Amino acid sequence: MPSQYPIDPSRTDLAREFMANPMGPHSAALQRIVTRMRDTEAAGRYVLVTRVPYQEWGLAQLSGQRGVDLTVLEDQVFTSIEDAERAVFRMRWELITGSPLVLD
Amino acid sequence: MLEKKIAGYSDEISVAPGERIRFMVSCEPGVDRYQADIVRLISGDHQPGGPGYRDELLPTSVSGEYPGRVQETYYGSYAVVPHGPAFDGLSSLSLQASIFPTLPGLRRACIISKMDIDAGRGFALWTDPAHGLVLQLGDGDGGIREFALGRPLVAREWYLVNATYDAANGEVHLRQRLLDSYARDTSSGESSHSSDGTAAVGCGAPLLIAAASREEARGKPVGEMIFNGRIERPVVASRALEPGELETLRYGPVPPSLRSDICAAWDFGQAFETDDIIDISPNRANGRLINLPIRAVRGSNWSGSELSFTHAPDQYAAIHFLDDSLYDCEWDADFELEVPADTPSGLYAARLRSGDQEDHITFVVRPPRELNGRGDAGDRPGASLALLIPTASYMAYGNARGGMETGNELLSNHLAVISPEMRYLNDHPEYGNSMYDDHNDGTGVCYSSRLRPLINIRPTHPWLWQLSADMHIVEWLEAQEIAFDVITDEDMHQDGVSLLERYSCVMTCSHPEYYSTPMWDAVHAFTQRGGRLMYMGGNGFYWRVAYRDDKPGAMEMRRTEDGSRSWASEPGEYYMAFTGEYGGLWWRAGRTPQSLVGNGFIAQGFDHSSYFRRTADSHDPRAAFIFADIDDEIIGDFGLIGNGAAGLELDSASRAYGTPPHALVVATSEQHTDAYIRVNEDIGHMLLSIGGQDDPQVHADVVFFETPRGGAVFSTGSIGWSSALFHNDHDNNVSRLTRNVLDRFLDPTPFD
Repeated sequence: MPSQYPIDPSRTDLAREFMANPMGPHSAALQRIVTRMRDTEAAGRYVLVTRVPYQEWGLAQLSGQRGVDLTVLEDQVFTSIEDAERAVFRMRWELITGSPLVLD
Repeated sequence: MLEKKIAGYSDEISVAPGERIRFMVSCEPGVDRYQADIVRLISGDHQPGGPGYRDELLPTSVSGEYPGRVQETYYGSYAVVPHGPAFDGLSSLSLQASIFPTLPGLRRACIISKMDIDAGRGFALWTDPAHGLVLQLGDGDGGIREFALGRPLVAREWYLVNATYDAANGEVHLRQRLLDSYARDTSSGESSHSSDGTAAVGCGAPLLIAAASREEARGKPVGEMIFNGRIERPVVASRALEPGELETLRYGPVPPSLRSDICAAWDFGQAFETDDIIDISPNRANGRLINLPIRAVRGSNWSGSELSFTHAPDQYAAIHFLDDSLYDCEWDADFELEVPADTPSGLYAARLRSGDQEDHITFVVRPPRELNGRGDAGDRPGASLALLIPTASYMAYGNARGGMETGNELLSNHLAVISPEMRYLNDHPEYGNSMYDDHNDGTGVCYSSRLRPLINIRPTHPWLWQLSADMHIVEWLEAQEIAFDVITDEDMHQDGVSLLERYSCVMTCSHPEYYSTPMWDAVHAFTQRGGRLMYMGGNGFYWRVAYRDDKPGAMEMRRTEDGSRSWASEPGEYYMAFTGEYGGLWWRAGRTPQSLVGNGFIAQGFDHSSYFRRTADSHDPRAAFIFADIDDEIIGDFGLIGNGAAGLELDSASRAYGTPPHALVVATSEQHTDAYIRVNEDIGHMLLSIGGQDDPQVHADVVFFETPRGGAVFSTGSIGWSSALFHNDHDNNVSRLTRNVLDRFLDPTPFD
């Protein structure tokens, strides 16, 4: 069973905090959200896959099974880990709250 | 996308000058040739801002091009009993065992077999996902007859299963009985069948337990359709025994009235510390275990009255077989090195290169085994410092699969980054698991071996852990131009304290976590006889492990009652089969890390590292040499792992856990994140405040204390310490402090 901690979609202040410093450390309130987001089933979990060491990463989803390769999402390529964290944060925000993250 | 395509291993991990070491290599299709060279490793971490990879070529006859090839690995555990007189002339048959299937629904799995498939002769007893017990008998004409009981087995329950065939009347009986008692059990039952014509149950094929086989490779049958779970007291008889007779064969000696009918009855409650399985019938049809199935596990009759297999071997007469265990890849050697006699001790590798492919099969050239024995200068090595490479811990972590299988995202508090090396390992389940993984059936991995490629134990692996992190120490020693010999856990296990006593100072690596009893004894004796020990990491001297003299390269460990651990041993299975010793935390065997090195494991976290602050103790005159020319209050607010010297796994001092009363805590870390959490063995009741921001126990201590006869111990308290040595071209307070300590520890002047 995944974490039950609710994410309040009105707390865009916390989303802004993440976008400004995606690698952390985070405030306690933001860390609760991040922990909720990271606590997913292994199968389908978003991970980064090295395309060029220390320079370029693709987004992928784990199979969760030994011997079964991950699935690379070919359209998602990042040249910084920070940008990748931001992108996955957005995806998970929408998945969990049901509404896209809108920051002006 | 980058892909890894080449990997190998060596038959030895530490060789002395003049000795030989063989290297085995496997290449993915498409890698037709590779260049091999022997190099001395100088530096490994090639992240931006890191020292990069550096080596130094050792001119040897190895240097050259070699053909690439795929080498097969046969994994999974089973037993082989050669064909012999015990099985001659079989016509009727009884088979029996107690079984504890762990994956009965996965696929058909073989309990016992002796089958010549081409000739259609022999027998095999199986579990089948849909039908439960299945008996196969050869028809003598190239075919096989099959009889199924028809009731699926329940996972992780003990059953008594047996099958009989009477050649006189062609009757076949199958029985499976749940040994526990549940209401509404539908898995127990029996079935009777009539064989259509005479079966041919005798054949010259070897007998296998927990597997069937169709072919031989490397001189032994290749096990297939391997049974996952426990098997106890398998029996083969040459007559269709009655149920009452079969019942008497479950335990104890073979009854005199049945001796003439029994071909073999194996008692797995003997010879625990070996690969032998012992037949207690007069035939003595003993066999051998392949690929390290787990011994000293509870049998069907375990009562809980004894917790050690040595006290009640009859309650531990089961073996746990696994379809993914591995001892030795047994690849053919690609090349061999005779270490030149004048080779200086050091950390070396066979460097393999082909296009963008690279691998490093790392090994140690240790100092000569024999000194001249005269006690003169020839008995002193060139170096006064020895770097102790923690090969036991390398083996424990070797081929850790968690990063690829789960992402470990809650541990790191960051997105997982999957490297080509991790994908390669995931593509090769046959390379076996680390001691942090589960087997396919969910059983924790309690044996490891170095006779296989250990994909993450490489100097350049992007996960900076064990060898790749220890390269920071090697790089620093090289930059300091300090002469040092290199020795390994296995050398120390074999040679004892005499090896350490060749040196003024012994320096550990960043995470020497796994220790055998002889290893612990050697380090302790060294500190008590005037030696100087620099413990350069965190969470050291923590788990107890065992080696077996007749099983080179294998290691055992049990994750017992507590400890920070990825799985837990079953109750009653805390004693190691290799030695009979109690496994688990050294603390639970009465030896705390704090008593040995002044601090011990207290917390771990993997997002951001922190820094140390000097304490009042640091101004004690006894500690003055440590802080010579260091004015800073804050130590190590930088580093290549998490940007701090206090990171990953942290050790703290504790009088209660055995820190010597006169020890000085000269620096303490602070401000760890909430991803740093106190270890469970230090927690009684669970409380909200176990994270770094709330729990003052979540910190590392740098400890110094003097030992008898002028010796001393210095402990950094943090795996992250060595990652800070390189900062600012080694001009930083962690480097300076470490150098201060090392200089004094190499100075023969006794400590008061």
